[in-house]
Amino acid sequence: MAVSEKGGLKVWQRRDRNKQLSIWFRYFCGVALFMFCWKYISDETNWFFVYDAPRIVGDISSRMWPPKFAYMDELWIPIWDTINIATLGTLAALVLAVPVAFLAANNTTPSKILVRPIALLIIVSSRSINSLIWALLLVSIIGPGIFAGTIAIALRSIGFIAKLLYEAIEEIDQSQVEAISATGASRLQVMAYGIVPQILPAFAGITVFRWDVNIRESTVLGLVGAGGIGLQLSSSLNVLAWAQVLVILIVIFFAVVFSEWISAKVRHSII
Amino acid sequence: MIESARMRWFLGVGAAIYLAAAIGTLEVNWSRVYEGLDRGAAFVMAFTSPDFASRWSDIEHGIIESLFMTVTSTAIGILLSIPIGLGAARNIAPVPVYIVCRGIIALSRALQEIIIAILFVAIFGFGPFAGVVTLSFATIGFLAKLLAEDIEDSSPVQLEAVRATGAKWGQLMNYSIQPQVMPRLIGLSMYRLDINFRESTVLGLVGAGGIGATLNTSFDRYEFDTAAAILIIIIAFVMIAEYTSGIIRARLQ
Repeated sequence: MAVSEKGGLKVWQRRDRNKQLSIWFRYFCGVALFMFCWKYISDETNWFFVYDAPRIVGDISSRMWPPKFAYMDELWIPIWDTINIATLGTLAALVLAVPVAFLAANNTTPSKILVRPIALLIIVSSRSINSLIWALLLVSIIGPGIFAGTIAIALRSIGFIAKLLYEAIEEIDQSQVEAISATGASRLQVMAYGIVPQILPAFAGITVFRWDVNIRESTVLGLVGAGGIGLQLSSSLNVLAWAQVLVILIVIFFAVVFSEWISAKVRHSII
Repeated sequence: MIESARMRWFLGVGAAIYLAAAIGTLEVNWSRVYEGLDRGAAFVMAFTSPDFASRWSDIEHGIIESLFMTVTSTAIGILLSIPIGLGAARNIAPVPVYIVCRGIIALSRALQEIIIAILFVAIFGFGPFAGVVTLSFATIGFLAKLLAEDIEDSSPVQLEAVRATGAKWGQLMNYSIQPQVMPRLIGLSMYRLDINFRESTVLGLVGAGGIGATLNTSFDRYEFDTAAAILIIIIAFVMIAEYTSGIIRARLQ
């Protein structure tokens, strides 16, 4: 315990001097780094626009209100497309993520030196690249449309699902696997009867969770031409039809809240 | 899981009908896809010969901007998340504060970063400032929510013990709540740093600064070798961030 003397009185302190100094130094470095980065951002910013922001906010809000609800008639098909992109994308990702997860998990991978690093590289690449970038890439490869959006969502989800799934596989109860192998089961049978039943709840939970995230992400894919409600959003923004933008934002908000509710419901019933 | 056999059938058939309908509206233009295969192959091949050199000044500028945006927005986001997280914890905040803070969190979580970025670009003009504001706002939704849940899960015994010594509110936070949530808060902040970097790579698509603009241009020009170089840099940075944050989190536990 750190105690310092002040005029003959012993005063309790939480940390001793060296520890306090080292903590102070760490904060100092953090603040210095922040200021260094902030300097750059500040130089790149046109502060006139920032000072002008309150006026712009007032201007945009007055143009947004009242929301143009008649525009809803044109939104039903994009909403349907958005949901399809998310759902089909998640399903496609599942098909691809399951083998990757089995190859990446320490206890099921066929080779730790060769196969596991490749599976981990697939996972990290898929996770590092945002779905919008995948969409951008696919639009330039296979052309604009829902199909590009679906594949973008699938490619992005593989890493996420496979990562959580392989962590679940690594945490399974090994004694069940041993019991199955002791009966003389083949590798595939061990998987089907020893591993799969253990990870099934986690698997379902991960899938529904990712579906929920995908609904959120598929709402913006249209900005790069990959279908869904984002197309309407970007065309409304281009003509500065703020009343329509507000309607779209409200729709997206409800879609996200709804999907989150479903996903929470399903995960709750599984666990 | 589902008890009644009829319900199971109903769900199964419903799912099949939905899938048929969804795949029906997919409208794949196979001839276009076939044409695209060449470009797809060109893209994959580009990874074997990424071109860092010809647009290096753009790439360098974009990556540095992304990194700086990540650091600033994460720092601002953490600073804002702490009061909001404290306010959104039911066991230490009064009801009106709780409702306001939870409202901010819900709003930040519901809207995608890109949508927020579009609005902030319209408000603050093009440039990294709009991106920093966007990422800070998105950080609040993530960090404040998890911090609040962590505080709600923290042990009430310690809170009471410190309160019994006659501690003021600030001392209460400092000596009973903070030690309990600090390791997790640091871990989550590291994780958020990682997420913010990944998000900062797309904000450029809507003019909010970062490497996204360079990437967009390179795709538009079909310069797949430059795009491959940028993607390799992004993946490398994410791997470094994940690895370091993993080490830091392991050291905390």
